Amino acid sequence: MNIQTKKQSPYRREIYQRAVVESFIKLNPRLMVKNPVMFVVEVGSVLTTVLWIQALAGKGEAPAWFIGTVALWLWFTVLFANFSEAVAEGRGKAQAESLRKARQDTPAKKLHNAATDVQSALSKVEVVSSTALRKDDLYLVEAGDILPADGEIVTGIASVDESAVTGESAPVVREAGGDRSAVTGGTRLLSDWLIIRVSADPGQGFLDRMISMVEGAKRQKTPNEIALNILLAGFTIIFLVVCATLLPYSLYSVGAAGKGTAITITVLVALLVCLIPTTIGGLLSAIGIAGMDRMIQRNVIAMSGRAVEAAGDVDVLLLDKTGTITLGNRQAVEFIPVNGVDVKDLAEAAQLASLADETPEGRSIVVLAKEKFGLRGRAMGASDEAPEGMHFVPFTAQTRMSGVNFDDTTIRKGAPDTMIEMILLNGNKVPADLRPAVDSIARMGGTPLVVAKNNQALGVIHLKDIVKGGIKERFAQLRKMGIKTVMITGDNPLTAAAIAAEAGVDDFLAQATPENKLALIREYQTGGRLVAMTGDGTNDAPALAQADVAVAMNTGTQPAREAANMVDLDSNPTKLLEIVEIGKQLLMTRGALTTFSIANDVAKYFAIIPAVFASTYPVLTTLNFMHLATPESAILSAVIFNALIIIALIPLALRGVPYRAVGAAQLLRDNLLIYGDGGIIAPFIGIKLIDMLLVVLHLV
Amino acid sequence: MNLYSWFQLIFYIVVLLLLAKPLGSFMAKVYQGERTFLDRVLVPVERFIYRLSGVKPDEDMNWKTYAVAVMLFNVFGLLLVYALQRLQAVLPLNPQGLGAVTPDSSWNTAVSFATNTNWQGYGGEVTMSYFSQMLGLTVQNFVSAATGMAVMIALIRGIVRHTAKGIGNFWVDLTRSTLYILLPLSIVVALALVSQGVVQTFSPYKTVALLQPTTDANGNVVTEQVLAVGPAASQIAIKQLGTNGGGFFNVNSAHPFENPTPFSNFIEMLSILVISGALCYTFGVMVGDTRQGWAILITMTIIMVAFLSLAVWAEQGGNPAFTAMGVDQVQTNINPGGNMEGKETRFGIANSALWATVTTSASNGSVNSMHDSFMPLGGLVPLFMMQLGEIIFGGVGSGLYGMLAFVIVAVFISGLMVGRTPEYLGKKIEAYEMKMASLMLLIPILLAKVGTAIAVIAPAGLATIWNTGGPHGFSEVLYAFSSAANNNGSAFAGLGANNPFYNTALGICMFFARYLLIVPALAIAGSLVQKKKVPAGSGTLPTHTPLFIAWLIGVIMIVGALSFIPALALGPIVEHLMVFK
Repeated sequence: MNIQTKKQSPYRREIYQRAVVESFIKLNPRLMVKNPVMFVVEVGSVLTTVLWIQALAGKGEAPAWFIGTVALWLWFTVLFANFSEAVAEGRGKAQAESLRKARQDTPAKKLHNAATDVQSALSKVEVVSSTALRKDDLYLVEAGDILPADGEIVTGIASVDESAVTGESAPVVREAGGDRSAVTGGTRLLSDWLIIRVSADPGQGFLDRMISMVEGAKRQKTPNEIALNILLAGFTIIFLVVCATLLPYSLYSVGAAGKGTAITITVLVALLVCLIPTTIGGLLSAIGIAGMDRMIQRNVIAMSGRAVEAAGDVDVLLLDKTGTITLGNRQAVEFIPVNGVDVKDLAEAAQLASLADETPEGRSIVVLAKEKFGLRGRAMGASDEAPEGMHFVPFTAQTRMSGVNFDDTTIRKGAPDTMIEMILLNGNKVPADLRPAVDSIARMGGTPLVVAKNNQALGVIHLKDIVKGGIKERFAQLRKMGIKTVMITGDNPLTAAAIAAEAGVDDFLAQATPENKLALIREYQTGGRLVAMTGDGTNDAPALAQADVAVAMNTGTQPAREAANMVDLDSNPTKLLEIVEIGKQLLMTRGALTTFSIANDVAKYFAIIPAVFASTYPVLTTLNFMHLATPESAILSAVIFNALIIIALIPLALRGVPYRAVGAAQLLRDNLLIYGDGGIIAPFIGIKLIDMLLVVLHLV
Repeated sequence: MNLYSWFQLIFYIVVLLLLAKPLGSFMAKVYQGERTFLDRVLVPVERFIYRLSGVKPDEDMNWKTYAVAVMLFNVFGLLLVYALQRLQAVLPLNPQGLGAVTPDSSWNTAVSFATNTNWQGYGGEVTMSYFSQMLGLTVQNFVSAATGMAVMIALIRGIVRHTAKGIGNFWVDLTRSTLYILLPLSIVVALALVSQGVVQTFSPYKTVALLQPTTDANGNVVTEQVLAVGPAASQIAIKQLGTNGGGFFNVNSAHPFENPTPFSNFIEMLSILVISGALCYTFGVMVGDTRQGWAILITMTIIMVAFLSLAVWAEQGGNPAFTAMGVDQVQTNINPGGNMEGKETRFGIANSALWATVTTSASNGSVNSMHDSFMPLGGLVPLFMMQLGEIIFGGVGSGLYGMLAFVIVAVFISGLMVGRTPEYLGKKIEAYEMKMASLMLLIPILLAKVGTAIAVIAPAGLATIWNTGGPHGFSEVLYAFSSAANNNGSAFAGLGANNPFYNTALGICMFFARYLLIVPALAIAGSLVQKKKVPAGSGTLPTHTPLFIAWLIGVIMIVGALSFIPALALGPIVEHLMVFK
């Protein structure tokens, strides 16, 4: 699945050709029986073919050409349905193939016991085939090697080319510990070395699961699909009874009217096939496969069709604040001096204290000082050798501050509480306007950092979360769709509330921990809601496992990816919104085509009923208001329309019914108008056109 | 149609809808165990019944236990009615000395009354003793109606309760339905009918002198006639209220002792739909959103009014064959005009067409005119109303649970169309519910179609189709099986149905049409009751809006039309085209 395949047109000649062959292979009754509607059509095709042969032998119930044509179009109906499924599968197969290339047997440098550096590791290496690696084995990879198996980095840091899996050509950094320690078999190491613990036996790795998913080989029917199948089977039984009983009714009527001939088996079968919901029945599995496929095109791998479907039902989205709602990091937006200090002095001190600060927050302070006051940092970048006798003090969890020492000057910046404590400890006074400044920043949802020079407070830096552009509108759309958004953040409630208000989310969970995240999900689920979330860290795993739709970032840890039921290869937390839309589209396509399919029957009755009983009750031709040429042309036109509509709707089935973020009521109104009313009108026009064509071509 | 006729139709609909709320909220109180004004009298009676029968009223049944109780009770009732008919010659209260009813007729009647169908293959006054009528038929009139209501209430509980098992106690629902609702209403209606001259007596049949002597088929002068009487008013009240429809006399409510005046006619027609209509409101109250109940009631009303208009139009239009015979079919102040064949002059066109529509929209089946004599399209109306599945008001209880099966199907398809797993009133509709709802749609259609198919080719079935040589005979058979397969019980007549073939075949249809719907309805209740309740949001499809009502009507009409148009084309539709060629 590289970017090229992804962007390519789904209608490649190769897929087509293979699909044509596949449509015949799929005629195997043992495969057909899984789709009751199409199985009935196949049985009907066989039956009419037998009747045709009988007619050729001169003992037919109707002219051989007529029975033959009906039989032919019934076979087309089955083949068209098979073709739609084959095309949908074909697209997945093409992607699976490119994945499979990445998963060839590769040599693995297996380690027999742990090692902490590459030299000692190399001395213990035994080269084996990647298929010989088992879970919990250790192996070594060096620059240029293909990773033989999925695993968790035990030691080392390296850059990895994951394009084989993600289609993204930029290398990513992977390192032991933290949230970026998972690696995928089939990817390539670009630099350095890693010691990795295998996390999956051969054949069960991430790539293997992806392949089997995109191939759709082990596709399980999803709950809604099963329910719809039951309904379609119900309709099929009703129409079976309608058609089967028509024979006795017709026999009786012929006797009662004293003229005409009874309905033939051929016409009964034709009527049955026209009435049963073949349009949806034929396209149902293509719709499901195409839904998975649309996920893959957006670089999301769903671990089950059930998860895709559940995505459409989601009514609560748990979104991590950082990265989803706000830009990854806080940025300095303002310097607020206290105690009459000049703002420029504050900015300079803040910049000095941040010169060695590699965090995005630190960088933003340097940049802000430069932009606002034209101050240029005297030294940039992380460096242990501080210029001009400068000594940088890095941030530690114990001191909770960072800064710089030079000459006799000490500059520190840090969290207000620690800074105030330090100032007081050194016998200095806390300026009266410091507290209010700190508090007002916190109230606005910002993070205050106090700056002190020689243990004297200079002022406060306002660090602010920057809400992503357009996200507020997105949430408003979700609200319209009936989906509630909940922001998850480690911030204190005050900050969280301010950002939540700015971003327009419905609710937030402040000071989030893995425990209260899990509890929140459970609470929503007990209330009957379906919860979706994204996560990447190991501590997200329990919540991911609990959520109904759980999207793990591909950059995330192995436990997170294991717990999730979808993996986003782009690692883009906003993807969740698209996932929901794809899920909804999947259900809508099924509903719309079901409505269309059933609505079609009205026109077919008007075509067929007058035609078949005209010999018994000529007066019934009054109902033939489409003025179809002959009884034969009427029946053939209905059967041909019924077959062609499947082909005509394949693109819609694969693409899905377009989804717009509006309320349920409006969506229903629009879809009913298009697929309900359209479903009633379209066949009247289609059947009439086919009838005219048949007459023009002298086929009837 | 003159203004006066229109006024009668509109007045009927308005009164029916006005009664929905007061009666509906009263019934909700009864089923939710709240205080009612009848408590003072009835609570001791209710307690006494439970003590006598050993029922523990607090025991909550799961759906299977509930279903077993329903079945046991109904099968017992069926056997009892069978036995009463077979033994009536030796039982008391038989002043006419009527003999035992034949086995096939007894089976047919027993099933017919237990299933709330009240198809009558027999003629009441020449077949049934007072004892059989009262202890067998009238009792079944009450309890078969109460069974339908109980199942309905159990289904509502399935929707209302969540993450639970129990759907109520059948014995309590049965007792309360009978004691608090059917019995008091029957007393009121019976008294009203008696005031209009409906008979209520244990005395034997009366012999009276004819005012105008006549001659019989052999040319003998006839000067006197035997007038059948009996305890009619009490049975008629419940036959209407309980959507039973089994008349005391053979010609049912066309008989002057069953339905003597336009006012008694109005009361009887109102009684047919009043409980079924009000149950929609009860449903709304119990699910905590009365708009849901109104939506269903409006759906029912719209479909009924549409078909009522068709029936009135067809009947008032008159018959070209009569025109050829010189019959005056023009409406004037003293002539109802239109097709008056088979109609009582005291009811006229409007009230006959209204009754025909009402009695078949509910699964009542009592008649005040002969449907067989309706115009082809006028006859199509009652036929198609039954074929829709007796859900347009329908039987008491059974109409609403049948309607809810359609709602489930409608919700399912429309739910998919808005991109969500479908849900109704906070409960997710999944494969199991679809299976059961599909069954509920399927069974009546299957029974009606297959039954008709067998009858029109089997020699035994063909033997008693008197109307040969055209589509009308087919309509009669189709009508009989549509009636039995939807537990309606009205007859098109013109078909000899009191013979072993039809008695048995229709009996089978009635039995399965009733219980193969009750069990899935309870199964749905049992499945829904275990589910969590999903709170509604703007992504939830609202099920009380005009849009949903229109969609529901569409689903009902499409399923009904697709299932029956081929058959109707060979019956009333072609007959209409032939008559108006």
